[in-house]
Amino acid sequence: MFAFTRKTRVGTAAAALALAVTLVATGCSGGSGGGSGSGGDGGNLAITFLPKNLGNPYFETSNKGGEEAIGEFGGTFEQVGPSEATPTSQVQYIQTAAQQGVGGLVISANDPSAICDALDEARSAGVKVVTFDSDTDAKCRDLFINQATAEGIAKVQVDLVAKQIGDAGQVAILSAAANATNQNAWIELMKKDFAANHPNIELVDVVYGDDDDQTSFDRTAALLQTYPNLKGIVSPTTVGIAAAGRYLSTSEYKGKVALTGLGTPNQLREYVQDGTITAFALWNPADLGYLSAYATKALIDGTITGKEGDSFEAGKLGSFTVGADATVLLGDPYVFDSSNIADFDF
Amino acid sequence: MSTATPVRPGTSPAAKLVSHVATARESGIVLALVLIIVVATLNNPTFLFSPDGFRDLLLTPSLLLLVAVGQAIVIITRNVDLSVGSVVGITAYLTGRLFIDVPGLPLVVVFLAGIVVGAILGLINGALVAYAKVPALVITLGTMYIYRGVNVAWAGSNRVNASDLPADFRGLGTGQILGIPILTILAVVVLIVAAWYLRNLRSGRELYAIGSDPAAAHLYGLKVNRRIIGAFVTSGALAGLAGVLYAARYGTVASNAGFGWELQAIGAAVIGGVAISGGVGTVWGAAIGAYLLLTINRALPILGIDDFWQRAVVGALILGAIVLDRVLAVRQSRKLTAERETGR
Amino acid sequence: MTSTTVDERARTYRAHGRPFWRRALLTREAAIIGILLLVIVVSLATVRNFDSPLTVTYLLRDIAPILLIALPMTLIIITEEIDLSVASIVGLSSVTVGVLTQSGWPFELAALAAIVVGLVAGAINGFLVTVVGLPSLAVTIGTLALFRGIAVGLLGTEAVTEFPETWTDLAKANIPGTPLPLIMIPFVVLAIVFAVLLHLTPFGRSLYAIGLNKEAAQFSGIDVARTKFILFVLSGTVSGFAGVYFTLLYSNARGENAMGMELQIIAAVLLGGVSIFGGRGALHGVIAGVLLIGTLGSALRLAGVTSDIINVITGVLLVLSVVSASLLAWVQSRRAAALGKRRSARSSAPAATV
Repeated sequence: MFAFTRKTRVGTAAAALALAVTLVATGCSGGSGGGSGSGGDGGNLAITFLPKNLGNPYFETSNKGGEEAIGEFGGTFEQVGPSEATPTSQVQYIQTAAQQGVGGLVISANDPSAICDALDEARSAGVKVVTFDSDTDAKCRDLFINQATAEGIAKVQVDLVAKQIGDAGQVAILSAAANATNQNAWIELMKKDFAANHPNIELVDVVYGDDDDQTSFDRTAALLQTYPNLKGIVSPTTVGIAAAGRYLSTSEYKGKVALTGLGTPNQLREYVQDGTITAFALWNPADLGYLSAYATKALIDGTITGKEGDSFEAGKLGSFTVGADATVLLGDPYVFDSSNIADFDF
Repeated sequence: MSTATPVRPGTSPAAKLVSHVATARESGIVLALVLIIVVATLNNPTFLFSPDGFRDLLLTPSLLLLVAVGQAIVIITRNVDLSVGSVVGITAYLTGRLFIDVPGLPLVVVFLAGIVVGAILGLINGALVAYAKVPALVITLGTMYIYRGVNVAWAGSNRVNASDLPADFRGLGTGQILGIPILTILAVVVLIVAAWYLRNLRSGRELYAIGSDPAAAHLYGLKVNRRIIGAFVTSGALAGLAGVLYAARYGTVASNAGFGWELQAIGAAVIGGVAISGGVGTVWGAAIGAYLLLTINRALPILGIDDFWQRAVVGALILGAIVLDRVLAVRQSRKLTAERETGR
Repeated sequence: MTSTTVDERARTYRAHGRPFWRRALLTREAAIIGILLLVIVVSLATVRNFDSPLTVTYLLRDIAPILLIALPMTLIIITEEIDLSVASIVGLSSVTVGVLTQSGWPFELAALAAIVVGLVAGAINGFLVTVVGLPSLAVTIGTLALFRGIAVGLLGTEAVTEFPETWTDLAKANIPGTPLPLIMIPFVVLAIVFAVLLHLTPFGRSLYAIGLNKEAAQFSGIDVARTKFILFVLSGTVSGFAGVYFTLLYSNARGENAMGMELQIIAAVLLGGVSIFGGRGALHGVIAGVLLIGTLGSALRLAGVTSDIINVITGVLLVLSVVSASLLAWVQSRRAAALGKRRSARSSAPAATV
């Protein structure tokens, strides 16, 4: 049993050597085939959409918009994504996109700097990187498609909650992932807005639901329990507001605690109708995806380079101009309430 | 003149009962549970004394209770079942899909479907463990991957939304009878049935025998394979039921439902006195363990501790529980050895 | 007259010895290596872009933590123990590096501290298993929760993402002129060390002895407790190192890092021919097992297959590999029984005619 003879050891060494040789051979033979991997200038209109996570209705809508745009200009659409909204899980998909040599990668980042290295590697493999919805550091992407100015998004939510609680009382924020770029940008601006314009409103806590439905549900329950005098909850994430609405509508606080934020009409229609939510805001995620796809196409075929002042056509949305920091703005946030919520289907 | 025989103190049936209850592991954790609730309520009365607080206290752990009971039954036979989280995920999604694709389906059918699917998944586990003689850890590790992968592949990026489920089904998740949530009543009924079965029925007691010493049980003539398969089927069926109730409680079912529940269930069982080496413990302990774990989760923020520390607390509790088990086992074997020696 | 001829019925080694090629190639390790080569060949032929140098780079970079930790895990499983807490130690060491770097420590010191944290965590495991005498399954389930809980508790849902660029670039760099990532150098060194330890030293032999029969090993003079303690400490230290690498690779220290990795490691180790019952296994099979799972994953991802199918395949491979081992053992025992019956029938027949 323990008598591993010399022959066995030799056999082991031979097997290991064979393995090593195979590996190196694969790598070396790959060198000659490397040309196939770095296509991506001129005509490669294969575009991959990589949202924060899959299974999120907001991103499903934006993916559909992107798919529609890509169908219009004759590219190929692909959507991939992790199931949890973490930057680590996005890296693998970025790498796969780089390996596949796609023309463009449209990504909503879970963290401003963690995926930068992977994105830079993809760019050096010839992939155009466009961020949308949630940005990364400007130096690791080619373009950022912003749905609305961060100030506008923060302000509309602050105004909504102030109106709904009579401009006085305790509020809390139910956010998504703690490192999400867009969330933190909006929360910072909201804090400034509260401090400057609403001295009677006290922001007591910011909790994180990780864009996971059950976690957001449980965090809402914890918020209501820990702060019995809470008057309002602001949730700038569609998953968070839907889960919070679901909890609130069956709890004793329904109608007493105001809930607002960013949500999709389809998910929140029943809560608007039963009075849990008075009004909330968003933009059209499909338009965002649509615009991102067209912007990526413009980058791929050289129409724009991301410089400020470049302009390009975006199908049915018209023409857009690149602003400072290689950012393209979609428009302004839109407020939904019981008067207009029946008109939308997303 | 009558001479009464002196009675040695501590030997009357009443005294024995009291000492048995006092030293039972279950009493210890009940005490810990009550302690946590008291401390949390002192800090913030809404923890217990508000309608929402009381309801959430009873409701949230009911799902884990079902899974922990099934897990306890498996652990008692000296196996583990790591696939229960994935089973919960599949049956929760199945429930949603049934309601969406087959409108008008009676609730009973959906419940049965969930339980049967869970039982089948458990049967696969049990058959592989019993007939292939492979440690359950490895088999259920593999089936955990497989079932979760099937679940995610089936669901894709779809999710079942609360609005897709019929209102009376969702009412089960939030409804109450006499102030006690319906789900809790369901879970407690299952608990009582399981406890009675393990204690009073022969096949239930055989599970303990198999866990204590599988070789001896086999030599004694017990149908070991059949019992092990039965234990896994039960665990799967209970996980299936928990999946159906998950859909009722949360409304929204994504493909990550039930993720991580297997470790919570094992932790609950171990804390509740079910020894990992089998043959010891009751489902009462596992149930109270489940309540303890999730109540700690809710109590921590009230006590000002970030609830991120919950997992660390659970880990410390598990370690404490198994150390305690070991200390007790050593003491027990020393006592038995001493008795054996003094008998000579 | 003394007979110098060999008794016809004596059983010699030669009668049971098999030619070397059969002994080397009809093993589980060889089977896994064969399957690995098959998968590589098929992928090269059918999956587009698989033959780019990026594939090897990304593949090896991503599975490097699993490769590293699989080495001590093999040793632990050979002694019939198990360590489920390795991924949590990776997470804990990642958080340590993050927290210390964020509070101003120079990165090198923070990395060293993280490796020490891994060592201490392994020592805690070892202490509970050897000194207190608890079953390693229960202990490591508890420490899995405890270490992960401490990691998450320290950072919450935040993440530390600022690390010195020289180090993050180093983690991602390749050996100049090849597509092999730099991390392969420490891995190869560790692999050689562990291989020598396992196959060429008495310490390594004692691991097989402990796995096959703990009591016999104890009575034959092997210090079982000390050996197991050393193994858990090794496992913790290597996990700590893997945690530092993981952090640098993803520029990201989070409490949830590497969650679920322990299952991938155990699946790969068992796939590589190590028996869960202890006493059997070799490193080349394990390395092939890790590479197999990694290559399959990489090829399937490139071909556009979603990661859940990849998980299903991993699970099926795992179940098949352990069930096939049992099946093989059963077939062998049946054959031996049949052989024995035939032999005893043969030997009683001539006796009957006498």
